Amino acid sequence: MSTQSSNKLSRRPFVAELLKQRNGALVVPGLGSPTWDCFAAGDSPEYLYSWGGMGLAASTALGLALARPDKRILCLTGDGEMMMGIGSLGVIADQAPKNLAILVLDNERFGETGKQKGLTGSSTDLTQVAKGFGIKTTMIVTLQSETQALADLLFRAPGPVFAVAKIALSEDPWRLPEKDGVTIAHRFRVALGIEQA
Amino acid sequence: MAQAIDWSADVLREMKARDINTLCTIPDGGLTRLLNLVSEDQDMRLITLSTEEEGMGVVTGQWLGGKRAMIAMQSSGVGNCINALGFPGVMRVPCLMLVTMRGQWGEFNPWQVSMGQATRPVLEAVGVKCFPVDDPAEIAPTFAAAADFAFNSRLSVAVLVSQRVIGAKGFGQK
Ligand SMILES: Cc1ncc(C[n+]2csc(CCOP(=O)(O)OP(=O)(O)O)c2C)c(N)n1
Ligand SMILES: [Mg+2]
Repeated sequence: MSTQSSNKLSRRPFVAELLKQRNGALVVPGLGSPTWDCFAAGDSPEYLYSWGGMGLAASTALGLALARPDKRILCLTGDGEMMMGIGSLGVIADQAPKNLAILVLDNERFGETGKQKGLTGSSTDLTQVAKGFGIKTTMIVTLQSETQALADLLFRAPGPVFAVAKIALSEDPWRLPEKDGVTIAHRFRVALGIEQA
Repeated sequence: MAQAIDWSADVLREMKARDINTLCTIPDGGLTRLLNLVSEDQDMRLITLSTEEEGMGVVTGQWLGGKRAMIAMQSSGVGNCINALGFPGVMRVPCLMLVTMRGQWGEFNPWQVSMGQATRPVLEAVGVKCFPVDDPAEIAPTFAAAADFAFNSRLSVAVLVSQRVIGAKGFGQK
């Protein structure tokens, strides 16, 4: 059972609900919690699970989006991870891939390492930052009832799009996927038909 | 008389011969011609980064999507990449880097010396194979060999172009 301390979005059911609508989109989750969230929603070779490389989720999703214009790409990351690679939003705005969406699961904390306070709880407004970098389409979600509108934005609106979901600080059971990088990369490329199984 | 060597054009040709169609960069003076050639080329994509380690993300995403990309940067930028190099590394994604060296041959700026001198040991400490080159005529062949090595072995590789080739910048002072 997950426990939570506020009336904000509850990350596990929220992510599971969103991913139901991904419709073949490839997912690049940030290290730690967003990776556990994806796995908890049901394993898929189209999830590029990450156990490290903090700050690289958005740039990795950019590289993938440019390589595969035929596919929708979702970068699903945490506020701490996004802040570490924040300049990537400028690079994304400059390259402007139409198939790329970014969703930050913003609990205003470094959840994974002990829930220390981050920068988005006090001073930083990530959607304003994204706009300042030149990403025109942005959204902030605080209610479960907005999930459908968010899914439409992430999986269907012309990219690049950037959204923030204010999520509760929760205590979720560990759900740990494959951690061997070669295996994760291989099955991802097999799913895309680039490598033989 | 020896022909002037246009190593940048030669490197671009070697890139194209290997389907490396994307170049990520934070620029350095010695890379200007190559970056200009790439940005003017219809078949190539230049990605201007905000910090060099983003290049490890872009290269990894490109490879996972079936494309080849690489990074060109100054030796100081290598210092920004160390943790990030573990990301392609753990997935055995080939990460090819062209690095123009500072802080070595006749360096004018003492602020470049620390990272310039540390570039190769630090790259090797995180498992990157280094191919130093200090003769302009050898840059393109070394780059070609390093690129083949990277993509065949799926390892990270850096071509380190000596400051001897690029020349030390004096900012108009002696
Ligand atoms: C370069 C680097 N610094 C620090 C860490 C430790 N670390 C791992 S996850 C994490 C917090 C990530 O926070 P966030 O992206 O907000 O995810 P959350 O767990 O809050 O959902 C940190 C600091 C790391 N893995 N790499
Ligand atoms: Mg967080």
